[in-house]
Amino acid sequence: MGKTVAEKIFDAHRVDNPAGDIYVIGLDAVFCHEITTPVAINDLAARGKDRVFDPSKIMAVIDHVTPAKDSKTAMQGKILRDWARRHNITNFFDIGRNGVCHALFPEKGFVRPGYTIIMGDSHTCTHGAFGAFAAGVGTTDLEVGILNGVCAFRYPRSMRIEISGQLPEGVFAKDLILYVIGQLGVNGATDCVIEFAGPAVESMSMESRMTLCNMAVEAGATCGICYPDMTTVDYLWTFIEKEFETPEAALASYRKWLPDEDAAYEKVLRFDAGDLCPMVTFGYKPDNVRPVSGMDKTPVDQVYIGSCTNGRIEDLRVAARVLAGNRINDSVRGIVSPATPEIYRKALDEGIIATFMDAGFCVSNPTCGACLGMSCGVIAEGEVCASTTNRNFYGRMGKGGMVHLMSPATAAATAIAGHITNSALFEE
Amino acid sequence: MQAFGGKVLFLDRSNINTDEIIPAKYLTEISKEALKPCLLEDLNLEGFDPSKDIYGRQVVVTRANFGCGSSREHAPWALEVNGIRMVIAESYARIFRQNMFNCGMLAIELPAETIDRLFMEFAGPDTEIYADLEAGRLQVKSPGKQADIAFSISGFDRELVAAGGWVEYADARYQAAR
Ligand code: SF4
Repeated sequence: MGKTVAEKIFDAHRVDNPAGDIYVIGLDAVFCHEITTPVAINDLAARGKDRVFDPSKIMAVIDHVTPAKDSKTAMQGKILRDWARRHNITNFFDIGRNGVCHALFPEKGFVRPGYTIIMGDSHTCTHGAFGAFAAGVGTTDLEVGILNGVCAFRYPRSMRIEISGQLPEGVFAKDLILYVIGQLGVNGATDCVIEFAGPAVESMSMESRMTLCNMAVEAGATCGICYPDMTTVDYLWTFIEKEFETPEAALASYRKWLPDEDAAYEKVLRFDAGDLCPMVTFGYKPDNVRPVSGMDKTPVDQVYIGSCTNGRIEDLRVAARVLAGNRINDSVRGIVSPATPEIYRKALDEGIIATFMDAGFCVSNPTCGACLGMSCGVIAEGEVCASTTNRNFYGRMGKGGMVHLMSPATAAATAIAGHITNSALFEE
Repeated sequence: MQAFGGKVLFLDRSNINTDEIIPAKYLTEISKEALKPCLLEDLNLEGFDPSKDIYGRQVVVTRANFGCGSSREHAPWALEVNGIRMVIAESYARIFRQNMFNCGMLAIELPAETIDRLFMEFAGPDTEIYADLEAGRLQVKSPGKQADIAFSISGFDRELVAAGGWVEYADARYQAAR
């Protein structure tokens, strides 16, 4: 019987198999941020286990609330910073160099096909875009990852989503993943790894693939995976050029992480990308999804463009295309947060920041901030936010607030109109 | 091994997410105790009042996909510091379930019909449930009624609970593994 991608990665990383389908696997990288790691650091210290398994395999960033907004968040940053110094963790990104973890770490070249990665953050699944197994874990798993470089998982079950055709003009990876979550439901992929395959995925940029994999967890999946190809190699090339003679050689090596033809899947879902339209969520669950046209005229108070889902340069470019020459509606507050300093810099150089400012947007620094309702754009009770983030849970961006998830194009068009609407990029 | 059980808090809804169990704004806390008054503060459930309904409960009985959303282990901790060390549900989000056992607590899964039965026959303020881990049985008691329900958890999960959680278990075994 052939193997899925996750099965190949698990078999190659197996350290122990303590019971039944429980595998303890070795980790290639442990990612850390200042919300879930300080508790792990304190707990390890309290147990007399203030150690790290390999400082070169640990990457840490302060991203959720930065600059610190109060004494408590300042202390979280301090605990992480002191720990990184104490253990010689050189890949530590503090203010000035910090950005949203799932945008920053790929940009720094920390993810490779076939890698195993954990982080105390549910959207760690984003990194599966590179053909890696990357999973969000809780603090205790994170502690053991830091301490011993291992993590226990059930031997993965996989499902495969085959997307034929190409996305129509004005329809994006975000619309595609919202549609998929709507089909699967919020626990339709629990304990499963989702492989995204087919021409629509093959023609996507790495940024779009990350958007796709980012929201796999919203259907309950452990990880989303895209197959490594030349797009993956090109993205990684500056980081791997010493390892391989040519990009082709790199690809040949990474092909070992493709699934076998006779691999077994729990479920295979097929659809044509050409049939899709821009999507938006309407309730407090990410599977409450419908076409944007079905929500037309829903007024919003704030529009937020950013996050690990859609705060990358490609997202800002699309939003700027929609915004160019327009002003946002007087009834709307617009906030954009480029996800990393590099993205911010590119957006400046390309005139995108100017477009946002001319349209009336506030440009914030790279941070998670408003996405989880902690800073830089928290909404008031009863307010509505059109957002390019990934969660619409009750109170997610502020107690008593409503969040509608959508693509950057739809968010930009919504900012101009003052209510949810399709962008001009999409023609019905 | 510690005993698991006590009075039950019935939460009659599926997909209760970790933002509802412990809102993100409390993630700035670096001690578990600080989470105590904030448990289920934002739960979207008709008739539920966190300031009155949680006190004195040791068990949560709920529906499907409990603990979905963010990976925050603050969710099981917020339960733990309120004395709730056992959750019984139809199913869980993967990370939440793992976090419970990693902390040495119990996340028990029962079939939908059994959960239905618990809600229909036993939902009320005086119901108590106790787990016998060795026998794999749950004793359900409410005034004038009782039931004995089988459950199973894996041998590995049982070992985690016995070891007091994953950190101790793993550090004893895998320090030299790599
Ligand atoms: S941007 Fe939002 S979803 Fe992404 S890591 Fe930050 S808080 Fe989590």
